[in-house]
Amino acid sequence: MSVYSMWGALEIGLIFSLVALGVLISFRILNFPDLTVDGSFPLGGATAAILIHHGSDPFLATGAAALAAGFAGVVTGWLNVSLKIMDLLASILVMIALYSINLRVMDAPNIPLIMEPTVFTVLQPAGLEDYVARPLILLLIVLAAKWLLDWFFATQIGLAMRSTGSNPRMARAQGIHTGRMVLLGMAISNALCGLAGAFFAQSQGGADISMGIGTIVIGLAAVIIGESILPSRRLVVITLAVVLGAVLYRFFVALALNADFIGLKAQDLNLITAVLVTVALVIPLVKQRLQKKRA
Amino acid sequence: MNLSSVLRQLATASALASLMLAASAQAQSVAVTSIVEHPALDSVKEGVHQALKEAGYTEAKGLKWQYQTAQGNTAIAAQIARKFVGDHPDVIVAIATPSAQAVVAATKSIPVVYSAVTDPVAAQLVPSWEASGTNVTGVSDALALEKQVELIRQIVPDAKKVGMVYNPGEANSVVVVKQMRELLPQSGMTLVEASAARTVDVGAAARSLVGKVDAIYTSTDNNVVSAFESLVKVADSAKIPLIASDTDSVKRGAIAALGVNYHDLGLQTGQLVVRILKGEKPGDMASETSSRVELFVNPAAAEKQGVTLSEDLIKTAAQVIQ
Repeated sequence: MSVYSMWGALEIGLIFSLVALGVLISFRILNFPDLTVDGSFPLGGATAAILIHHGSDPFLATGAAALAAGFAGVVTGWLNVSLKIMDLLASILVMIALYSINLRVMDAPNIPLIMEPTVFTVLQPAGLEDYVARPLILLLIVLAAKWLLDWFFATQIGLAMRSTGSNPRMARAQGIHTGRMVLLGMAISNALCGLAGAFFAQSQGGADISMGIGTIVIGLAAVIIGESILPSRRLVVITLAVVLGAVLYRFFVALALNADFIGLKAQDLNLITAVLVTVALVIPLVKQRLQKKRA
Repeated sequence: MNLSSVLRQLATASALASLMLAASAQAQSVAVTSIVEHPALDSVKEGVHQALKEAGYTEAKGLKWQYQTAQGNTAIAAQIARKFVGDHPDVIVAIATPSAQAVVAATKSIPVVYSAVTDPVAAQLVPSWEASGTNVTGVSDALALEKQVELIRQIVPDAKKVGMVYNPGEANSVVVVKQMRELLPQSGMTLVEASAARTVDVGAAARSLVGKVDAIYTSTDNNVVSAFESLVKVADSAKIPLIASDTDSVKRGAIAALGVNYHDLGLQTGQLVVRILKGEKPGDMASETSSRVELFVNPAAAEKQGVTLSEDLIKTAAQVIQ
């Protein structure tokens, strides 16, 4: 594996770690199976791309992308909380609606950003190659996001949100507006995914309508890989584990792309990735068994 | 030593490593990527391989050939682009828009030849159709739509309304629909659109056109081509002439198609690759469109769909499907 493809894996992994943090909030903290992500990730990319394309400031465009995606999350939450539509179905409805909305936002299936300025070209320090600068900028952003989430979930509101997910009846008995907590949580979760989409479009040369396919699967995989390599009940550790999980997943893909020397072909890529992730998930179990045997 | 200088050293070290790699690789290397495996895109890949072989670049003589598909996933497309740039091949061939954009975004120095992109200028792969002056050149699969309209006229002379089924999520199709919307009225016809976002929607979209159109025209839309049989079924039962723009669809039940042969498109792409391997600069080479279009006709399908093909048209066809 070349240095270049490792920096690339780190870069894309860090972008998807924002998705993983979002998925952590919906699936784990709120206990809300949310598939909106497959639509809010491209919504973020679409919003950022079209704004930058029309000459807007890339930072403003990225902020707008997070807001738009956050709003999509609120709609999912609202369908569930106020209209009493089952959580999974509510998110599916918003996800499919977003396909059309994203086409409307871009007014085309593909908006290129190869020649426009992006947050990465603006922030890139002189004397540093772009493929090194991008992951480093993203590392700072992801660490900031992780730190903000850690802080938020220790505040009064954050704790109320966690209790909403783990025991809604108890939370309501304590006077917590669980409905509002769901709306807020879904907004934060999807805003993170939209942010990831905005960064992805800016680092990969443009937004494409197909960029959302499978986002939720990758996000969930990252969360589960993270939880199994760094099991903990402390949120500070869990958020770190999830970020690591997302980066690790991308390294597995990079590794799978280099598996041609053992006679594997291009079409085997997804299979190899699945096998590598399975191995990573089984390792802790094997370790446990070995320890038991020794004891 | 502060952090930024450590990083700069890391960057130089990695640049050095890749330079050494490039120096050690005496043999020519070509890396090919496409967004998804698909009959037309696969023929492009095979065409490139054949063109290289004809020019004497074979694996036996030390050509390093590498092929990766992104399995339809843009994040994987991005990672493949990174891997290729890290491998430092002599030429990267990128098939279809998302793959080409990922590669062009990842390198400003390694020569890139795109293929099967309908509008490379709108996709920002090249600033114009002229020689780009950058590291990018390639072959577009854009069709001269005037000729397509003419073909519709020849097959259904009194057509007033032409229907099109397409995927609004596919850049290549949207380009064609936009142009047809302006082009058809010039020949006294209007366009009726029906969108199919997934392959399973193609049949329903075609049925929505029944009674509203005098002919159905299809572009090289991936969804439509994948589910072409469901379109043929509707055309046959409602007797609406079906005209395609890829020649393979004629065998599957379209009356006619004046189309790009994707294998030839791959050959043409491969010839650009060969020129770069021989030392030409991609920035000096203008983007090309397919040099050859072929007419395929299917008289049996015409009969089923209620029209007869003129002798002249059948005579000009490159292939008549029986």
